[in-house]
Amino acid sequence: MDKKNLILAFESSCDETSVAVIENGEKILSNVVATQINSHKRFGGVVPEVASRHHIEQVTICIDEALKEANVKTTDLTAVAVTYGPGLVGALLVGVAAAKAFAYANNLPLIPVNHMAGHIYAARFVKPIEFPAIALLVSGGHTELVYMPYENEFQIIGETRDDAAGEAYDKIGRVLGITYPAGKDIDELAHKGKDSFHFPRAMMHEENFDFSFSGLKSAFINTVHHADQINETLDRADLAASFQQSVIDVIVEKTLWSCEQFSIKQLILAGGVAANHGLRDTLSEKLSEQYPDLDFVKAPLKLCGDNAAMIGAAGYVAMKHHVFADASLNAEPSLEFDWVPDAVK
Amino acid sequence: MKVLALDTSNRPLSAAVLDDNQLLAMTTTNIRKNHSIQLLPIVETLLKQTGLEAEDLQRIVVAQGPGSYTGLRIATTTAKTLAYTLNVDLVGVSSLKTLAANVNDEGRIIVPLFDARRDNVFAGIYQRTATEMKTIMADRHISIKHLIANLLEMQVPVWFIGQDVSIYEETLKLQLTDNFHRVSRAQDLPDAYVLGQLGLNEKPVEHPFNFVPKYLRLTEAEVEWKKKHPHEDTKPYVEKI
Ligand SMILES: [Zn+2]
Repeated sequence: MDKKNLILAFESSCDETSVAVIENGEKILSNVVATQINSHKRFGGVVPEVASRHHIEQVTICIDEALKEANVKTTDLTAVAVTYGPGLVGALLVGVAAAKAFAYANNLPLIPVNHMAGHIYAARFVKPIEFPAIALLVSGGHTELVYMPYENEFQIIGETRDDAAGEAYDKIGRVLGITYPAGKDIDELAHKGKDSFHFPRAMMHEENFDFSFSGLKSAFINTVHHADQINETLDRADLAASFQQSVIDVIVEKTLWSCEQFSIKQLILAGGVAANHGLRDTLSEKLSEQYPDLDFVKAPLKLCGDNAAMIGAAGYVAMKHHVFADASLNAEPSLEFDWVPDAVK
Repeated sequence: MKVLALDTSNRPLSAAVLDDNQLLAMTTTNIRKNHSIQLLPIVETLLKQTGLEAEDLQRIVVAQGPGSYTGLRIATTTAKTLAYTLNVDLVGVSSLKTLAANVNDEGRIIVPLFDARRDNVFAGIYQRTATEMKTIMADRHISIKHLIANLLEMQVPVWFIGQDVSIYEETLKLQLTDNFHRVSRAQDLPDAYVLGQLGLNEKPVEHPFNFVPKYLRLTEAEVEWKKKHPHEDTKPYVEKI
């Protein structure tokens, strides 16, 4: 029998410290996630210096728990994988320093992983990825469509020109008095209301794969402020439903158009906002109507947020393609996949 | 005992390998280069030069703060991860004390300082005795005005050390007059050999798990939040999910 490939993976790009042990790129032996949400709730959003301080408190505890839970000894490991970007630089540095030291002390190869590739590979825990594929990545920091012509190749075909979808959720959440992180509560509230405000759907019919959510955010805020001024109370559920419908319509429309333009075998939905039920359901419905043969793979709900399991899965693929880093690996806060400038056909 | 000592608390980076009180190899840089890129390659080279493997190390000593927050975290994360995975002692030493220990003259009162901007410094007051570095004033974040007031009260000659002293040199000279002294520039850089020796004599932490830098300062966001919410909290700040 072949020796198992066991990757110890690190993730610390934002407000979750996570360490996981992944077998053969497809099986989660452990996935320890320490979330700092309670801390950043105090400030209504992630404060980078506070995040970095929590990461260093947690990192070795997470390593230890991940190894114990997986029942794996250091000598069983094949490699170490780590998120080196994109994300908050101070936060990334803690994971990178810990992963490098661990790999060095135990003579293990080090695999640098792009956080966004990690999000896509959360879907790997549902089934193998088949190429060519497109991934719709929606999170607090990103909204992008990524084309994957073959394994370990990621090309951006479109992204947000201003706010990420998750960012817009947090901003309108503040207006509705919903504490950070607002995504889940707005999603729930939206299900109780109906789309009655008809907010704008920016760029929806433009022939590109880009998004824009700042106009929607402004329209929302103006609507609420105007009502405040004339002492009118708007239905919060309807507001949430209208906002969410506008976000979903644009994302779904652009995604469907990408399926039209590229001949792909799979569409992957991933990223923190991929946990949004409205988005998951609408996309499933539209895809089964319009592209019944297309394989739609949604990242498991539990793995939509930041976690190291997804980094281990992406790291396994990178390792297959001989992507390694040395002891000088640095954090790259604005790391991006390559763009495909001629994506629009 | 084979010791690895690391200091990245400010712009200079110093790393050394010791065998008890004997220096085996050391590298110190003082360039505007990212410590994250530099530190581990330097450690690799030092161990290679000394013919040691990581698992030969028996104690990791790190300058624990104060200093640049990001800088502190690079050596501290590296040190705590090495100590954890190699299962060896971990010792944190004050970055200011490390600097003060560059001065060997017995009896001298030494003030190491790092600039903390807006007329504030991180500083401590130490005295070199025959056997140790005695703490006269514990490390703290303090305005230069208060530090000067403390020193005026002591009415003794004091020796300033650190690259950032130059920022406040005029004020210090003016106020402390003849009691102001400056060590030679050659002593202004942290020296991981000195750090390693200090670390040999200090008690290791119980476990690397809870080891964090000594920032000596809350983040601004936390200070503001505490002002506005004196009786509230959202603890525990970090939870496993
Ligand atoms: Zn993420």
